[in-house]
Amino acid sequence: MKILFFASLREQLATAELELATQNQATTAREVLHRLQEQGELWQRTLDASRLRVAINQELAQLDDPVSEHDELAFFPPVTGG
Amino acid sequence: MIRIQEEDFDVSASYTRLRNAQPGQTGAVCLFTGLVRDFGDQSDVEAIVLEHYPGMTEKSLASIAERAQQRWNIQAYEIIHRVGALHVDDQIVLVGVSASHRADAFAACEFIMDYLKTEAPLWKKERHRDGEVWVEAKDSDAQRQQHWQKRGT
Repeated sequence: MKILFFASLREQLATAELELATQNQATTAREVLHRLQEQGELWQRTLDASRLRVAINQELAQLDDPVSEHDELAFFPPVTGG
Repeated sequence: MIRIQEEDFDVSASYTRLRNAQPGQTGAVCLFTGLVRDFGDQSDVEAIVLEHYPGMTEKSLASIAERAQQRWNIQAYEIIHRVGALHVDDQIVLVGVSASHRADAFAACEFIMDYLKTEAPLWKKERHRDGEVWVEAKDSDAQRQQHWQKRGT
């Protein structure tokens, strides 16, 4: 699964994009987030579920929405354009 | 028309397109532009840097414009948002709407801008003398968006 990070999350994690193997198992954005948080203290601190937004296949989504192997999942802070 | 671009935009070109979209039918054109101030979350802002999610930004803006078209009787719209490094007084964003009547043009223009601020995947970082700071999302922007969910047209 392709996972993207933007803005402050991208900078703090020093990661714009990564691939996560999901072995074709059904999962949710929240479960993916938990797996990412297990990568270390920096990831746990930066990926605070209460402050981030999620998009699945380039549409705003909820953490409990399902995601699968071929989806594009993105995590980012609340938006500040305009 | 939706455009995400680094280069500046020409308001009069947008106005001309909106004005001419439906000859004989257009009674109102409403145009909004947003500019870079020298104060934001920080004072003495020297520049801002805008990042976006290519692909999703365009889809998000198209979805917002579609909702505006369902809600008001509008004829044409333009949404242009710049990305990259911008300096104080630069143009950031343009939202323009044409309609037969001004109430539709005003409301749809404000609706698109309010949803752009809260849904479109764009992020602003302020540069000042001491460094760079990501702008925080504002409750006031969320409230403006929510008020459209409660009110009629």
